[in-house]
Amino acid sequence: MTVDYSALGQRKVGRRRLLGYLVAAPTLAVAVRLASDANVPGHALTIPTPGLPADVFDLSDSQNYAAKPTAHLIWMEIREDGTVHFALPRTEVGQGIVTSTAMIIADELDVPLQDVHVTLADSRPELVMNQLTGGSNTTMSTYYPIRTAAAIARGALLEAAGLMLGGLTPTALHTDNGAVVAPDGRRIPYGDLAKDAAVDQTTEVEADLKPATDLKLVGTTVGRTDARAAVTGAKQFAMDIEVPNALPTMVCKPPTIKGTVRSVRNQAAVLEMPGVTHVAIIPTGVAVRARTFGQCIDAVRALDVDWAPGEIGSDSDEDVLARIRKAEIPMAVPEVPLLAKTVDTDFTFAFASNAPLDPDCAVADVRTGSAEIWASLKVPIVAQQELAEALGFPMDKVTVHVVQGGGSFGRRLFTDAAMDAALASQAMGAPVRLMWHRADACRQGRVHPMSTSRVRATVLGNDVLTYEQRHTSGRTDFGHGFGDIITASAAKLPVGDYSISQFIYLLTTGAHYNFGATTSLLDELTDRKLNTGAMRNIYSPNVAVARELTVDKIARTIGKDPYQFRRGHIRNDRLRTVLDRVAEAGRWGRSMPRHHGQGLGIHSEYHGHSACLVEIDASPATVNRDVRKAVTGPRVTKVVFAVDVGLVINRSGLKAQMMGGIMDAIAIVLTSSLHLKDGNFLEASWDNYAYTRQWNVPFDIEIHLVDSGIEEPGGAGEFGVPAAAAAVANAYWAATGNMPTHFPVNHSAPLHYEPYPYNPPVPPSPTSGLDHVK
Amino acid sequence: MPTHTFRVNGETVRVDVENDVRLLWVLRDILGVRGPKYGCGINVCKACTSHINGKAFNPCAVPVGDLRPEDEVTTIEGLADTVEGDGLHPMQDAWIEHDVAQCGYCQPGQIMAAVDLVRRVKEEGRAISDADLDTLRNICRCGTYPRIRDAIRSGSEKM
Repeated sequence: MTVDYSALGQRKVGRRRLLGYLVAAPTLAVAVRLASDANVPGHALTIPTPGLPADVFDLSDSQNYAAKPTAHLIWMEIREDGTVHFALPRTEVGQGIVTSTAMIIADELDVPLQDVHVTLADSRPELVMNQLTGGSNTTMSTYYPIRTAAAIARGALLEAAGLMLGGLTPTALHTDNGAVVAPDGRRIPYGDLAKDAAVDQTTEVEADLKPATDLKLVGTTVGRTDARAAVTGAKQFAMDIEVPNALPTMVCKPPTIKGTVRSVRNQAAVLEMPGVTHVAIIPTGVAVRARTFGQCIDAVRALDVDWAPGEIGSDSDEDVLARIRKAEIPMAVPEVPLLAKTVDTDFTFAFASNAPLDPDCAVADVRTGSAEIWASLKVPIVAQQELAEALGFPMDKVTVHVVQGGGSFGRRLFTDAAMDAALASQAMGAPVRLMWHRADACRQGRVHPMSTSRVRATVLGNDVLTYEQRHTSGRTDFGHGFGDIITASAAKLPVGDYSISQFIYLLTTGAHYNFGATTSLLDELTDRKLNTGAMRNIYSPNVAVARELTVDKIARTIGKDPYQFRRGHIRNDRLRTVLDRVAEAGRWGRSMPRHHGQGLGIHSEYHGHSACLVEIDASPATVNRDVRKAVTGPRVTKVVFAVDVGLVINRSGLKAQMMGGIMDAIAIVLTSSLHLKDGNFLEASWDNYAYTRQWNVPFDIEIHLVDSGIEEPGGAGEFGVPAAAAAVANAYWAATGNMPTHFPVNHSAPLHYEPYPYNPPVPPSPTSGLDHVK
Repeated sequence: MPTHTFRVNGETVRVDVENDVRLLWVLRDILGVRGPKYGCGINVCKACTSHINGKAFNPCAVPVGDLRPEDEVTTIEGLADTVEGDGLHPMQDAWIEHDVAQCGYCQPGQIMAAVDLVRRVKEEGRAISDADLDTLRNICRCGTYPRIRDAIRSGSEKM
């Protein structure tokens, strides 16, 4: 039995005619609803058998659907200098949406890319749930609305040019490179038409989008529009923005997770320290404001605070794992023939950190009765709500400016640093530029919870009769509004009474194989002792590792080649195509030296399909290579990754996202985790938390973009992680001869560092910098 | 409060600040030179990598009092001026050519470290090898490492 993906996967459309508005303004301005009907698949409410819910209605659809009834308008304007301006109600954190959005506009509007100025919209509460950047959903949810706005603008420019040219019909004209071109070749630049094309009264208009065959920029390779700013140091992040008198501010955080301040014993003495201007207690610690961040660090270290403990007590990894084990629900395998073999697997995934390099930070200027905040926030409306509530202001007195972030990986879904900044500014009566120390980002920041994934499959002959996966996890905090989007559409889902976490799990977990009766379910702990949150791709990387290792185990059990076994059981043709691509390009099955191995992984999500082939070197010489203060271990030497996301906007940007996902995958499988020990996380720096570094990077990476002729864009930002993680795990098995069951594989190895003390909470600033000059 | 005199990107600067404030904060918080980034404050992540007298160093780990008046600090903002012509440094050009940056936060430090690595390797009369690239400690949490490796190889050919 196979679920027909064609309804979801192909969605072929002809020429689209969509609605929008010409808006009364001095120069040409256009508005459209952010969520057009085009984003909502009409078949979403039918219940398929026997696939999992995500096979027909996934997380992306859920977000699209939730956006529909509450969507308000987004604007695009053309100025007299010919430039096009668009404030994107999404957050750029490195995933390339500013560039891809500019490409989409430039293509539909026939305007040079450099004339399109895409900025990030401030928090806009009227957009309700339509200003959230997550679930790799930006392009899917904005592609048609943005094209519609551009198409309406183009139509208005043609009409204005026709009048200017003495009453020519727009169909006699065409647009090219920022100008309307008359039949005789005369060119009128858009800037010269911007005033004439403006309207006095807002009117509804229809627009014809260009047919896909006329798109020239979409689907090409374009460098990031901020590439020059990034390489010259001109690109500004939150800590680089100049807000008058916003002095450096840091928080002395508690020596335990979620600890609180009872009192400060030496406030007066710290206020006397060089550069220090303010010391104030806030809910998460003691904030200090000073002339420089260096002096904040010194003051944080000098503070003598009486702390109340948090709730985690003296728990360690083992205690959390024991609670998860207790919460695991038993397998419920249906009756199978007596001769069937059972394949059981059981995997454990350690705590992981979603911290980006650009630290948790925000600028806040809280005055009497109003506040202004600058931060990289992926859910700015929820941030605005929470900040207003905490400050005691009406929501409209809090302005939230969204700043480009230096990475997110889940961390910027939350408002923690902006909250510290706002409350510190309010308590001090002064603007602050607030930043967490790296040690706080590791130890007090949100963590991706520990989890287990268990699979039981029954096999008869060459057939898999049942496949049952049970994922059990610490609580994942979705209190940033993402959950609200899901519950907004929950009533429409073909699933029962589930929690937000379970909805998200179900919506991201599809059935990839024809394995008979297939179920995949999540159970989460409910305690809130830790600060948690999702990390890039939420549950899927761990779920995929468990699934794909089990698939290899089934293949080994029945003596089949893992590639042939996969391709024989894959449910979807597009998925099979990407698998075939990596097997061929990566020369699956080639002879490998001793201690080397190949591994495969596949994953479908975000309306797309991906496959990965990894080669790994686990020879003693490589595993034991010495890099100072670092995790070495087995090295992934080669990665071949193929992805079909449907319509590609920017080939370079899409490959970049897959590349980043692959680096994350290597980290979560081989090197990086947080260790909870006696109530605290041990890691406090980038040399402790061993995210992929150059000495772990594969020498050879190929990323294939597979075109299946789909005209709809899928998701990309998180999509590189799961198939790659699964392939790394299977390659590790092939190279070492042992199926890995605990991730990352080095989690139980002796630590490669000496943990920093917890009190003071941040390490001293070194003084030896000039000794290392070579 | 002591006065410190040194050079930043070709200009002599005078700063009144305590001796022990690390140079990163003097650059960022007092002089407003914000290309060098904070990522750890303990000389681990290398996001603040800049040059002193033409060689890579990490200002998060240098008290401003250690600087001498003749010391020339070059940050990412001043890198292009260290080469002839009006354009960018060849390493910056290579970075753009390979579309290296994702979020861009680590890139000033990555580029400054890359220029220094190429200088040291060239002084040894060698071409850049994988082993050389493996010695770079700069974190890129977006994971654009393979493009960094490609760009350094390209950039080194034009340096």
